[in-house]
Amino acid sequence: MTHSTGSVSACLPIHSDLDLVRARQQVRQMTAQLGFGLVEQTKLVTAASELARNALVHGGGGQMECTEVTGGGVRGLRLVFSDRGPGIADLDLALSDGYTSGEGLGMGLGGARRLVHEFRVDSRRGEGTTVTVTSWAAAPPRPREGR
Amino acid sequence: MPEQQTADDRTGPAQEVALFLRERREQIAQRWADAAVFRTVFTVSRDEAVEAGRAVVEALAAVAATGRVEDSEADGFTVVREQLARTVRSRTRAGASTGQISAETDALRRPVTELLLDELAEAPADHVGECTTALAVLMGTLRLVMLETSTVAGEELINRQRLELLEIATPVIKLWEGIVAVPLIGTLDSARSQVVMETLLDAVVEQHARLAILDITGVPTVDSLVAQHLMKTVAAARLMGAECIVSGIRPAIAQTIVHLGIDLSSVLTRASLADALAYALQQQGARIVPRAVAAAESR
Repeated sequence: MTHSTGSVSACLPIHSDLDLVRARQQVRQMTAQLGFGLVEQTKLVTAASELARNALVHGGGGQMECTEVTGGGVRGLRLVFSDRGPGIADLDLALSDGYTSGEGLGMGLGGARRLVHEFRVDSRRGEGTTVTVTSWAAAPPRPREGR
Repeated sequence: MPEQQTADDRTGPAQEVALFLRERREQIAQRWADAAVFRTVFTVSRDEAVEAGRAVVEALAAVAATGRVEDSEADGFTVVREQLARTVRSRTRAGASTGQISAETDALRRPVTELLLDELAEAPADHVGECTTALAVLMGTLRLVMLETSTVAGEELINRQRLELLEIATPVIKLWEGIVAVPLIGTLDSARSQVVMETLLDAVVEQHARLAILDITGVPTVDSLVAQHLMKTVAAARLMGAECIVSGIRPAIAQTIVHLGIDLSSVLTRASLADALAYALQQQGARIVPRAVAAAESR
């Protein structure tokens, strides 16, 4: 799919619990505007919540960039979470369910991967972690499928 | 008279404004008493509003007399700062935005400028210009002082509302003998989930509840942390002998929880509060039946 990427339409800091609320609201608002269905909205908002909290708890704070993207006539939303924390030592381990370096359930990173359409982690030890996720609004229903 | 002062005297216009403010104090205060920023705050009597206006005029005169009309930290403001803060708090509580308060403060400028122009009717044009500019700057500084206090008042308001939300958002409702429900609304951050757990466990003890329903219809996002809080609450209630039912799981939330990979199988869940209540009643040996059916059965 050829992607055309728009300019970053929002960049939110993630430094407190209140910022997590703002990040969720921002994603909810943007997905609704882009025509995401309720399920896809909820999935991406939940993924954003997990990743933003990871950036806050494990990365010591960071930011979330939201960008509208278009691919194959479908609109989508790309979220980039970046922090300057210690980085992820073992990515496969971090992505496995139930593993946690903190006190959580250990479902955040792996769970977020299952909630979005595209998922990429770039992490360098000592330099920080960047997680990029993209989800697409479902293709518009074909006329015959309409009620 | 100050009119004799030369235009190139640097503090001249400001001090003339100070003199004007002192002399016309009563008149200005009378006019200001009808302005929104005084009228809506000092509601007991008009005299009270006039009194408040007089205090502000005096403060402005004191600031002007020192020539520091542009300085919001000027000593002259100290005496009225508390009064201004009270004004701003009162307007904020009444729902006025910072912009509105700013506009209301700005509305004080016009009556006092008109009085100044009357006073200077005979003076040369450039002198009039200097004095009205000094007054305009001074009134702008008053607005800045108001806005500074309004920022502080806004922060206080937010903190108060946050505390209120913690309290309000977690009522425990007794639905039936031995059945309580907690409708959860909004974000379940750590502080909120702690309050939820405490109020629920207290209710379990007080109401001798054997069944507790946690309704999450009003929780917009259920991520792994929220799920973890729910599971902990359920586990704690179970230790106290109460069974928890989590209700209000919407289709989108259910699918998200499955994708997220959270195992909620240890928690009893129902789609709606009504389903949860029906289950709870059944557990308590009670049943709701239509009257006709009950009559038929008793026959």
